[in-house]
Amino acid sequence: MREEILYSMKAPYREDIQIKGFAFGKGEKAACIVGAIRGNEYQQLYVCTQLVQALQKLEAKGAIVSNHEILVVPSINSHSMNIGKRFWAVDNTDINRMFPGHSLGETTQRIAAGVFEKIQGYSYGIQLASFYLPGDFIPHVRMMETGYQSASLANLFGLPYVIVRKPRPIDTTTLNYNWQIWNTNAFSVYTAETDEIDEVSARQAVAAILRFLTRMGVIRYNSHSGYIASIVKEDDMTAVRTDAGGIYRRKRNPGDEVHCGDVLAEILHPLDGRVLVQVNAPTDGIIFFAHKKPLVTEHEVVYKIIRRLHE
Amino acid sequence: MIKTVVSAELPVEEHLLIRKNRLEPEELGGKEKRISIVTGTHGDELEGQFVCYEMNRRIRENPKALKGIVDIYPALNPLGIDSITRGVPMFDLDMNRIFPGMEKGPLMETVASQIVADLKGSDVCIDIHASNIFLMEIPQVRISEETADTLVPLAKLLNVDFIWVHASATVLESTLAHSLNDVGVPTLVVEMGVGMRITKRYCEQLVDGIFSLMKELGIWEGPVTPVKEPIVSTDHEVEFINANAAGIFVPAIEHGDLVKKGQHLGDILSPLTGEVEERINAGVDGMVFTRREYPVVYSGSLLARILGGIRK
Repeated sequence: MREEILYSMKAPYREDIQIKGFAFGKGEKAACIVGAIRGNEYQQLYVCTQLVQALQKLEAKGAIVSNHEILVVPSINSHSMNIGKRFWAVDNTDINRMFPGHSLGETTQRIAAGVFEKIQGYSYGIQLASFYLPGDFIPHVRMMETGYQSASLANLFGLPYVIVRKPRPIDTTTLNYNWQIWNTNAFSVYTAETDEIDEVSARQAVAAILRFLTRMGVIRYNSHSGYIASIVKEDDMTAVRTDAGGIYRRKRNPGDEVHCGDVLAEILHPLDGRVLVQVNAPTDGIIFFAHKKPLVTEHEVVYKIIRRLHE
Repeated sequence: MIKTVVSAELPVEEHLLIRKNRLEPEELGGKEKRISIVTGTHGDELEGQFVCYEMNRRIRENPKALKGIVDIYPALNPLGIDSITRGVPMFDLDMNRIFPGMEKGPLMETVASQIVADLKGSDVCIDIHASNIFLMEIPQVRISEETADTLVPLAKLLNVDFIWVHASATVLESTLAHSLNDVGVPTLVVEMGVGMRITKRYCEQLVDGIFSLMKELGIWEGPVTPVKEPIVSTDHEVEFINANAAGIFVPAIEHGDLVKKGQHLGDILSPLTGEVEERINAGVDGMVFTRREYPVVYSGSLLARILGGIRK
């Protein structure tokens, strides 16, 4: 394992920012795995640490296929993570909305450009991403329909679902989108959590990445075959929204099979505790996403259901 | 008449309310033109608040001169303004990156779609921004190249100092202005002043311009003041000056100054060592139309923008 400083920058009142990468194997740029880009992506950071541990052992055993290099970048934004901020600590900009970056531009554009220079050119790019809605997911691989995407390759992670969605204008500045534009096969891997560490889904993510690298001929590793994924278009999922604000009592979890009319959650009056409304399943299917915070506003998306899919 | 454009129940005994004030003539003929004034999308930008007040005040003072409909939306992001938060509190979202929204989407996307639906049908919309807490801007209208033919003639009536016709960027397709222009509402984005402050003279300058535009559209028959001829410029003439060192930026010029190539604009200083980390000079002759107000800088922080080609 080689530790490299991919990008550094001076800070006026804190230690210099150093973005580090860990390289395994030598030769052609095979795969790059990026962890936390936002300061609350603790689970993404943790998954990378476990991946670094696993790859160190594999490298020691000579299990990195020759002429293949793997780069793991656990954190691009420890500067924000250290002070409990999700976005860039100074101006609240999101580094994952700055790619491919601009070396002469604003601070986060410079960081994105400096990092992107080092992480582009790999055959496969895997980002451990997070979603802006607060909640839990079924672990899955997500990709954007850029015209360069390959859902069949995404299937090789062996996670239960591959989600494909149309990029929106705001997505054109993400790492995933720009990897694809610069000829890297890009995948976003979502585990169950973001700002908490979840061991089970973290192990699942590490296993999925190692499985993928094995199948792409980058490492030699024996693993369970995983799932043959269901490929789902995000637009085909049913969003379940709340009819009231209040205290949120979740009844069902990601991965559960539900039937039309099942009670998914209750919303309680915030002061006297009576049940204001029940949130019912509008369709049969599998719960893909479930809201997690203790409170909800009206019209909030609290569940996403993969329609008419059964266990 | 105060109308509620969006209402959504918050968790504990409160509603998120986005409201507008509709001012219209006592008797409506049905063919009146409608101008919408929107602001407060970013909760730390307050210049538009005084503009809204002053629009209301002048119309209330002379209601008979009003011949069309004026819709004033002071706070598209009321929770942000109330909590000194640029984005939408709770969601950590830049509200001006979620338009046109989705009718049945997550809460804030639903809110965005309801705002667009309410503004649709306006004959013109003025979307007022106030830079951010870091930068001070002279009154200007920003227009993307693809809408310049339609919007520049309208922007010239707004009494601003500068019209910046900039290249289109895909990411800006998620803004309110882009979404409104897309559905046929000519929308002018005004940037002026600085975040968290009200610069009264800029606000009054813009209000004079809005009344001129209203007169041109037949919405206002009261007196208006002559508007200034703005400089119309493209990206080519704008020099961006970004920091290459970290420290505190202390400017040596005033906002709006005309400067010469090579002129000293300021320094980035180290409070710890007493050293000058970087001396900042102008790269072109021109006018400093953007100047950094917030002193702490990193490499990349924008210090100034100069509109080239303007000489003393």
